[in-house]
Amino acid sequence: MRIITVDDSSTMRRIIKNTLKKIGYGDDILEAENGREALDILSTKDVDIIITDWNMPIMDGLTFVKRIRSDSKYDDTPIIMVTTEAAKEDIIAALQSGVNNYVVKPFTPDVLKDKIETVLGLKD
Amino acid sequence: MAGLNVEWINPFIEATYSIIETVSTIKIEMCKPLKIKEENVTGYDVSGIIGITGEAVGSIALSFHRKTALKIVSDFTGEEVMGIDNDTMDAIGELTNLIAGRAKKIFSEKNIRIKISIPNIILGKGHTINAKKNIPSIEIPFKSEEGNFAILVSLKSNSEQT
Ligand SMILES: [Mg+2]
Repeated sequence: MRIITVDDSSTMRRIIKNTLKKIGYGDDILEAENGREALDILSTKDVDIIITDWNMPIMDGLTFVKRIRSDSKYDDTPIIMVTTEAAKEDIIAALQSGVNNYVVKPFTPDVLKDKIETVLGLKD
Repeated sequence: MAGLNVEWINPFIEATYSIIETVSTIKIEMCKPLKIKEENVTGYDVSGIIGITGEAVGSIALSFHRKTALKIVSDFTGEEVMGIDNDTMDAIGELTNLIAGRAKKIFSEKNIRIKISIPNIILGKGHTINAKKNIPSIEIPFKSEEGNFAILVSLKSNSEQT
């Protein structure tokens, strides 16, 4: 299982990596600082889950998700957005752009585990 | 408090309580009086700042003394932090982002739409926070067993012309 975490905050990438390790999904984690860097990595590497922030410089998470979803190669790749954006209209916009699940920061390990298992179809 | 009423300030106070007490074990308490700031020179060591646009314009800053920053960042990251390095500054930026994001949600529930920028960090004793001209600033101090910190809310309605 390979997961990419995309966030401009090195702290948040570290928290997400540590959390993934704690909940049993930490074997193979890639990192990117923004959507542009993530697209570059994804052009050469396959991942099973994308975890992305929204507010990032250079390319934000919403633009990144739209780019991913316009590429047939990534039709089915689950995307979880982990963001401080928690207004109802923002969550709707993210889901409409192709995000499968949504986590509001700060989050607990249980919440991230639950969302991962949901996008992997391990829960009903 | 010309131009800056409680309606603008309360979401930031609520967000600060909620975020700091979620990511950290410390208990915090807002101190009075709130201070109207003409010159935004802080008495703190490090600040995270986020710009605000939309139906309100201005900024929110989160300012810490070194000791308080190290305690809260250690709790937030789950790793003991010994000094203010790039990682600590990044964490303070992200904490500011979390507070601004939570305040944005509270505003949206009152049908006020704002956007928040990427955080910036300013380091150094007695640093200045550049708020825009003609936007009133108010400092809201908090105390905790690990020292004091403050948020500086600098905001005005975008419909007001100056
Ligand atoms: Mg971010």
